[in-house]
Amino acid sequence: MLLAFFTDIHANQQAFSACLEQARARGVERFICLGDIVGYGGDPEWSVETVMDLVASGGLAVRGNHDNAVAVASETMNAEAQAAIEWTRGRLSAAQRRFLAELPMSLEEDDRLYVHSEASSPPRWRYIQSSSDAARSMIATPAQLTFCGHIHRPTLYSMSVTAKMTSFIPTSNAPIKLLRGRQWLAVVGSVGQPRDGDPAASYVTFETKTREITYCRVPYDVEAAALRIRANGLPPWLAERLMVGR
Amino acid sequence: MAKSVLQPGAVIDGFTVGECVHSGGMATLWSVTHPGIDTPLLMKVPRVAEGEDAAAIVSFEMEQMILPKLAGPHVPASFGTGDFAHQAYVVIERIPGETLYQRLPELPLRYEEARAMVAKIAAALADLHRQNVIHHDIKPSSIMFRPSGEAVLIDYGLSCHKHLPDLLQEEFRLPYGTAPYMAPERMMGVRSDPRSDLFSLGVLLYFFTTGVRPFGESETLRGMRRRLWRDPQPPRKLRPDYPPWLQEIVLRCLEIDPVWRYPTASQLAFDLGNPDQVKLTGRSEKIRHDPLSTVWRRRFNRGVLQPQATSDVALQLASSPIVAIAIDTSEGAEQLNAALRVTAERILATLPSARLACVNVLKLGRITIDRMVDEQGNNKHIDRMVRLRHWASPLKLDANRLTVHVLEATDPAAAILEFAAVNQVDHIIIGARQDSVLRALLGSVSAKVATEANCTVTVVRPSRLAVSGAVATEAARQEAS
Repeated sequence: MLLAFFTDIHANQQAFSACLEQARARGVERFICLGDIVGYGGDPEWSVETVMDLVASGGLAVRGNHDNAVAVASETMNAEAQAAIEWTRGRLSAAQRRFLAELPMSLEEDDRLYVHSEASSPPRWRYIQSSSDAARSMIATPAQLTFCGHIHRPTLYSMSVTAKMTSFIPTSNAPIKLLRGRQWLAVVGSVGQPRDGDPAASYVTFETKTREITYCRVPYDVEAAALRIRANGLPPWLAERLMVGR
Repeated sequence: MAKSVLQPGAVIDGFTVGECVHSGGMATLWSVTHPGIDTPLLMKVPRVAEGEDAAAIVSFEMEQMILPKLAGPHVPASFGTGDFAHQAYVVIERIPGETLYQRLPELPLRYEEARAMVAKIAAALADLHRQNVIHHDIKPSSIMFRPSGEAVLIDYGLSCHKHLPDLLQEEFRLPYGTAPYMAPERMMGVRSDPRSDLFSLGVLLYFFTTGVRPFGESETLRGMRRRLWRDPQPPRKLRPDYPPWLQEIVLRCLEIDPVWRYPTASQLAFDLGNPDQVKLTGRSEKIRHDPLSTVWRRRFNRGVLQPQATSDVALQLASSPIVAIAIDTSEGAEQLNAALRVTAERILATLPSARLACVNVLKLGRITIDRMVDEQGNNKHIDRMVRLRHWASPLKLDANRLTVHVLEATDPAAAILEFAAVNQVDHIIIGARQDSVLRALLGSVSAKVATEANCTVTVVRPSRLAVSGAVATEAARQEAS
C-alpha cells in the first residue's frame, strides 16, 4: 500500500492542497499527518477540516506542538508563533479544537512509529538536528521505521546493528529502499513552511510492500499563501519566510 | 538474524539454488535459475556469522541498494534482493568468463592491447558516473568483459550513490578498500569525488603496462599514506620504450591532487581512443620521480591536499563535457563557420573543463577509389587538419582542450554520429546548410544528426543580414498597424 506522510502543514492551504493533489495522482491510498496542522498560516479551519476528512476515510494523525498549543494553551512559544496561535484559536470551531485536543501523541502500525517530534520523549518536542538526536530516538523505540517532522528539514537517518549512524539529505523523487537490516528514521520536510532553503512544499510517500520511501517536493502558489497571512494581520515575517523557505 | 542455510536445491523467493561457483572472503556465489528468466543468474550471499567483520554486512547492504538502481551494458543486470531478516542475497546476471585478475601472470601487456582495454573500462566508468555512482574499488578483480566487448564493472560493496544514503560514511575509522589502488584523497576520508576512480584506473593502467604496481602492495596505513606526497616512478624509467602519450595519460590519472587528473572518465576514454591527439606535457618526458624538495613540500605543507568541499558527481560531469563541432572547410562556408565559432565560444566560456573536438568529414565517393593526394601532391587529410586548427585558433584554447579529427566517410551524418557515440560526446554543434538547392539534393546532414544523436545537438545558422531583418521588422510593423 502506498502511504503519504504530511507534517507541519501550518495552515497553508495552497501548499497542502498542492501536495494532496500530487499524492492522489501518484496513487497514494492512505494519508498520515504527523502533526502541526495549524499555526503560522492563514487557513487553519480549512486545514483542520481537511485532515479530519482524511482521518474519517481511514487516515491517521498525531499531535504537534502547535496543535497542542491551540488545544491546551500551556505551550511556550516565540512571540510570532504565539500571536498566530491566539488568532488560530479564535478561528476554529469547538469541534475542530476538540479534534486537535484528542490527537494521540504517537501511533504505531506494523513496524512503523508515527510521532511529531521524536520517540524518546514526545511531549518535550525535541528537535532531531543531528545523528545523535536521531540515535536517541531510535534507541527509545522498538519500531524499525520512525516517521516524524517538527524540524522542517527533510533528512533520512539510519542505524546499523552495531549502532553506526548514517545521515542523508534526500534527493526529491529518488526512491530509497529502507533495508530491513537496520533501523531508519525519516524526518519529513514541512508542507506549509519549509526551512531548508527550498520554498517548495515537502512530503513523503512510502510503499509498504517494497519499503521504498520517496521524498517529494511540490511547487505551489507561495504568493497566495503569503497574502493569506498578511490579509489576516498575522506577523509579516511569517509571510516573508515562505518566499525563501527559511 | 536468520542463519544462512543455503544449499543446492533450496528455493528462495522462486530462485532455485544450483552449485556454489565461488567462495570468497566476503560472500559466496551460487548459480541459480528462475522460471521465466533465461539469463544465466548468480546469487551472491554475504558471509554473516558470529565474529565476521561488520563491514561485510554493510558492504552487502550498499550493494543491495545500488545494484537495482543501475542499468546498461556496463553493469550486471539485477534480478532481485533478499534482506537480512530472512536470507540476504542479491541475484544478478552471470557474466561469462573471468575477471581481469586472471590476466596478472601475463603482465606487462602490449601497449596497444592495454590502451584498447583501459579505454573500454574508462567508457564503462563514464557510464557508471553518469548514473551518479562512484565505484571506489576499481581493480582487476572488479572488471569483466562481455563477449560483445563492453567492460562490465562488478562489486559495488564500497560504492556510493548520490541519491542514496552512504551507509559506509561512519562505518570505518580507517580508509576501506584495496590498498594498492586507493586514491590519496580516500586517505583523507573523501568519498564524494568521481576522480578517485580515475586514479584507481591509472594504477591499473600503470600495472598492466609495466608489470609493476606504482605504489607497491603495502597494506599498512603508513605505506598507503606515502602516496599523498610521493609520486610513482615514471613508467619510462621501467620501460625505456614506453610511449610518451601513454605516460602522459597514466601520470595524469595518478596526479595526487584530483584537480590535475582528467575531469571525467569520458575525457580519459577520449584520449585513450585518440592517442595521436594527446597533448604531451612535462609528464610525458619524466624519467625520474619528483625531487625530494617537491615531496617534502607536499608532505609538510598542509595546504597541499586538504579534504575538498563535497564535490557533486553530476555537477562534475556536467561541467566537463566533450563538445564535438562539425566544421565544413570548403570555400563559401566562412559565414557559417564564424557563427559556429561564436556558439562554441559561448559554450566553452561557461565550462572551463570542457574539451572541443573539431570534426570534418572528408567525403569519399561511393564507387570510385579516392586519391588521398590532390593534383598538386598535397595530402588532403593533413590539409583538412590544418584548416580545422586554423578555424579553432581564435578560440585560444589550451592544447589539451582541443583536438582535430578528419573522418573519411561516404555518409557525413553517419560519420559524425559514429564519432559522437565512440567518443562519448556530450554535445554536438553543427551548422545547417543554407543552400536550399544543395540541401534538396543531398538531404540535411544537420537534421539527421539532430534526429539520431543520443546527446544534445545545437544546430547553428548564420545570423540573417541586418538589412533583411530591418525590412522584416518594418513589414511586421505595417502589418500590425
